[in-house]
Amino acid sequence: MSEGIHRRTIVALVHDKPGVLARISGLFRRRGVNIESLAVGHSEQMSFSRMTFVVGGAENSVKNISSQLNKLIDVVEASDISEKNIVWRELALIKVKCNESQRVEILELSKVFRVNVVDVGINNITFELAGGKSKIDSFIELLDQFGVIEVMRTGRIATLRGATKIGINDGEFSESYNSDIYIADKDASGSV
Amino acid sequence: MKENLIKGSEIVCKALIKEGVDTVFGIPGGAILPLYGTLNKFPEIKHILTRHEQGACHAADGYSRTTGRVGVAFATSGPGATNLITGMATAMMDSVPLVAITGQVGRPAIGTDAFQETDITGATLPVTKHNYLVMKASEIGSVIHEAFHIARTGRPGPVLIDIPKDVFDELAEYDFSKDSKINLPGYNPYLKIDQSQIENSVKLINEAKKPIILAGHGVIISKAQKKLLDLAEKAQIPVVTTLLGISAFPEDHILSTGFPGMHGMAYASIALDEADLIIAIGSRFDDRIVGNAKRFGKNSKKIHIDIDPAEINKTVKIDAPVLGDINEVLELLNPKVDSQTHTEWLREVEHFKSEHPSLMIPESESLLGQQVIKTLSDLTDGSAVVCTGVGQHQMWAAQHYSFKKNSIWLSSGGLGTMGYEVPSAIGAQIGAPDKTVWSICGDGGFQMTVGELATVAENNLPIKYAILNNNHLGMITQWQDMFYNGQNMHETYTGNPDFVKLAEAYGIKGIRVEKQDDLERAIIEANNHDGPVVVDFVIEKVDYVFPMIPAGGSVDQLIEEEKK
Repeated sequence: MSEGIHRRTIVALVHDKPGVLARISGLFRRRGVNIESLAVGHSEQMSFSRMTFVVGGAENSVKNISSQLNKLIDVVEASDISEKNIVWRELALIKVKCNESQRVEILELSKVFRVNVVDVGINNITFELAGGKSKIDSFIELLDQFGVIEVMRTGRIATLRGATKIGINDGEFSESYNSDIYIADKDASGSV
Repeated sequence: MKENLIKGSEIVCKALIKEGVDTVFGIPGGAILPLYGTLNKFPEIKHILTRHEQGACHAADGYSRTTGRVGVAFATSGPGATNLITGMATAMMDSVPLVAITGQVGRPAIGTDAFQETDITGATLPVTKHNYLVMKASEIGSVIHEAFHIARTGRPGPVLIDIPKDVFDELAEYDFSKDSKINLPGYNPYLKIDQSQIENSVKLINEAKKPIILAGHGVIISKAQKKLLDLAEKAQIPVVTTLLGISAFPEDHILSTGFPGMHGMAYASIALDEADLIIAIGSRFDDRIVGNAKRFGKNSKKIHIDIDPAEINKTVKIDAPVLGDINEVLELLNPKVDSQTHTEWLREVEHFKSEHPSLMIPESESLLGQQVIKTLSDLTDGSAVVCTGVGQHQMWAAQHYSFKKNSIWLSSGGLGTMGYEVPSAIGAQIGAPDKTVWSICGDGGFQMTVGELATVAENNLPIKYAILNNNHLGMITQWQDMFYNGQNMHETYTGNPDFVKLAEAYGIKGIRVEKQDDLERAIIEANNHDGPVVVDFVIEKVDYVFPMIPAGGSVDQLIEEEKK
């Protein structure tokens, strides 16, 4: 992690229609926030999608970003869940070089990580692995000795533990507002 | 069913009329011609033909700021639409409700780089509160009603609706009772006020020894001027305003303490710094007031009353936020605030005022911008509609015009748009036909949008334009002198036109004033003239705006007057 980069995990319920992602990514861009991972899929509600972002940037920008997201008309609710009790997972497909003589060894290793084999070729094997970032990173590192051909990662998806869901449309301003969020180091040198 | 079908362009007009629109500003062009082709069927909508789409957008903005209603602008696709962008950005920064309707190339041509095609919904994403590309005539009605709802509720802002040429001609049904139902999950502008937030701030106000109110544009948007006055008087709290908060509090009131910040009154900046509680009402702690955020208000706790949750803690740490419409918040808050006298603190503030007078006009042989504004203020009794551009003349207007009851102040505060002064006055005069509108211009900004004088002449709008003409981009001269070693580059105009002759070329009365002795007579003459006037005030070539706090600085770096 480079110095001064703050990361937040944000989950948003959004309208499922063209241009919504452009509005969101445009907002991130102009507020100086980098999208480190992004996962989008249909939600349990018709015509709404749920997005999970891991974003990074200057502390003042990233801490304010869920409030800014909530101002977009197409965002039903965005919630910064970084400090909440959450479960998160990431899915990775990892294709590794593997000849016949290595196959047994590599499959033994994969058992430790509870990995699924989704494809086997004469000289390669593809694994599917779900878990936290460090688990996936460790597995990839381990496979490095065999020669990793390709890694595909979905980025993080996350949800709150318990029965609460994000994007309860009760017409009131809810948990996405966090009065504890404070920007200590707003540097005024950028002003003109 | 068939007889209920009407053209998309007619749906636009009907929906606008339902939204109470009586005036639109715009320019026709290829892609929006079908809409203009229907306008003659709807005499309820008066169309003002401007000379540039930027002018149309600023005029709609001026109309909105003067009336509190949603301003409307029309433009065609491509260059017509892109010309609106400066106007949309100006409105976005200053939370002004606008709806812009642009023509787009026909649906089959979209994405083919057709003649006059621009992805205007893409281009205006960062400068609109929301925007739409309407691909079916049947959606026009609901989109327009939604757009007006979004533009005027919550923190207001501009909304753009892009309609392809063939959609204007497509037949569809318009059913107001159905199309005006707003279904926007995720847009909840009516915040329920949290009682505990009210309690927290009341406690801070009642305990404060040296409270100060920082009143912003939100007070005017929420029409909460009376409640602001009630709060200030009940608890005897001095009031400073932001630049856009000017006219929210009568400046002839004993509690009025000017405006703080970069070019605000020194006593206002000092009072804000000395306070032990800042009550920010509808203000966003702009960098022109805050300067160095780490140093700002180091002696004080802060209450922030605002409708936009994203503004809380954005730049300055807030001790007690109150989210909600200002009028509603003050309705709940005022009765709980104790009546107080704050005698000692008010005496201290009076002392700041006498020790740091800030508005002294220097002795001078030649005419000064400050004198022009001061005289204008006296001769209009501080109750005119005042528009400005951006630069020295704007700051002098903010400082030396004494805004009393019923005055209206229009200035591009957030974006700082030079040229705003000429067209915004058009919208202001149309919005307030019985009021005297003075547009205070710099010779730089005036020339950016001077073409709109034709619109003024065409509609015989009795706007008074006061050009503070020093043949310089005066604020640039000041900054180059102060911060760039006096290297004056490209801030002097050597080819300015004769503004009196220019006015006359448009059929507008022109007056030139070069001497202090002629000042009053010229302003009276302009006030009495039944029609537009351009007064060319030839002022001192190089003059500085003081007080000044350099960018990113604090009250510690306050410069009160020019070092001799």
